Amino acid sequence: MTTALLAAAEAGGRNFWEWVAHVVQDYWPWLLKGVGVTMFLALTGTLVGVALGLGVGVVRTIPSDKHSAGPVRRVVLKAVNILLAIYVEVFRGTPMMVQAMVVYFGLGMAFQIRLDVVTAGLLVVSINTGAYMAEIVRGGIQSIDRGQFEAAKAVGMNHWDTMRGVILPQAIRNILPATGNEFVINIKDTSVLMVIGTSELFFQGKTIDGILYQTFPVYLLVAAIYLVLTFTTTRLLRLLERHLEGPANFTLATSSTTPESILMAGGENYGRRTR
Amino acid sequence: MAGEPAEATPDAIVETRDLRKSFGSNEILKGIDFAVRPGQVVSVIGASGSGKSTFLRCVNLLEWPSSGQVLYHGEDVLARGYDVNRFRARLGMVFQQFNLFNNLNVLDNCVIGQVRAAGRSKPEARRRALEFLAKVGMDPYVDAKPAQLSGGQKQRVAIARALSMGPEALLFDEPTSALDPEMVGEVLAVMGELAASGLTMVIVTHEMAFARDVSDRVAFMDGGVIAEEGPAAQIFAEPAKARTREFLARFHAG
Repeated sequence: MTTALLAAAEAGGRNFWEWVAHVVQDYWPWLLKGVGVTMFLALTGTLVGVALGLGVGVVRTIPSDKHSAGPVRRVVLKAVNILLAIYVEVFRGTPMMVQAMVVYFGLGMAFQIRLDVVTAGLLVVSINTGAYMAEIVRGGIQSIDRGQFEAAKAVGMNHWDTMRGVILPQAIRNILPATGNEFVINIKDTSVLMVIGTSELFFQGKTIDGILYQTFPVYLLVAAIYLVLTFTTTRLLRLLERHLEGPANFTLATSSTTPESILMAGGENYGRRTR
Repeated sequence: MAGEPAEATPDAIVETRDLRKSFGSNEILKGIDFAVRPGQVVSVIGASGSGKSTFLRCVNLLEWPSSGQVLYHGEDVLARGYDVNRFRARLGMVFQQFNLFNNLNVLDNCVIGQVRAAGRSKPEARRRALEFLAKVGMDPYVDAKPAQLSGGQKQRVAIARALSMGPEALLFDEPTSALDPEMVGEVLAVMGELAASGLTMVIVTHEMAFARDVSDRVAFMDGGVIAEEGPAAQIFAEPAKARTREFLARFHAG
């Protein structure tokens, strides 16, 4: 099997590894550009998507019972909630590749809005991620103990202050793994933007293959690069999560603070860096 | 219909009139008339399911009453457009499950409400928070997160959080029921000091000895109504109603 593939690669006068080396040597700026665009789209798209998702999640949890809101406010809230539900369902229920075509070509045809392919790509990734994040945020908010809301109410805090000061900090920490997952998915799924010609990594690989007709070495290299990107990102996110867990210890604010007192108060992770 | 300010109990901080609450077809509160005046310590006792906690949660509108009135200095807080958040900020609440903000350390738990709801500056809020944390003996723990504290410590912080707001009255919803027995004492000691200092308190509790020794008045709830109410000494020594005697018999026997 391997020998057959190597033989196929050798048809062009070079063997398999020589082709890989050739692509790296002569086309690395193309691949690097692809990596740059892919990471830009994945990172920015995820961040914008998270912001969208948080916004949608917070709006969807605004209390709309008849004691908290007047009749006009309730009708407005209801209408907004329906629109947001439609947004979430539509963008979760259709492929991103189709969304890219609709946004890029559709906006041009219908409204004469000509976006460049990277902007269009960013728009699609952001809106798409926002739809998924909206549901993740909603779940994150619902997972917070009801007592946290009640305690905030009992000191007289309004919905927005409660969300910003108490609920979201806890919800965001809970949904961090799911958010990191969205980021890793976006690194891979931005490849569908090649249908509108966004010069992300997969598109760059396709272009190189179009020149060299060396499909196997080119795409194997592209695959390897994707793997390095996702693997590195996953590890970095793991580090970030651990960092956000914060110190396991606290320092007693007394004049006689001793290592023993910290040990008693701290728990099993004594000795870890404290902030 | 009742509710004219002229009829209000003189200088009551909070008063309820014919307060009713149903969950579905299940009526939990069947018309409660209750008032607390400045400096009073009132304990609400009664069997589980008698509606004590629901009543307390209706007073600061964590549960919305189905009918009746809640008056704050004679003003109807259930009226449309009434600033419920401002009202809640004037009444402190201490929960059975503590409900400290898990994302904030001890100090910030006592600061956030003062800054966000009472509009105080951060330095002022910190100063007050430290003052009340010292009062409950939790000032050495300002940097600790709730997860690092024992139940008794959490409840003392929760009391400091409520006091920091500078409330007119403090509502306690079974503040020791979720505590290990050895931690009940430290919380009751703090509450006893507060009562002695003249703080207005409404305490839903199963701690009968505490209710007898600390309260000015005791309300015995049974089946969604206040079956009997009076001075603590009288309720415990010579209750008028058979149902009250029956309930307290277990306490006196133990």
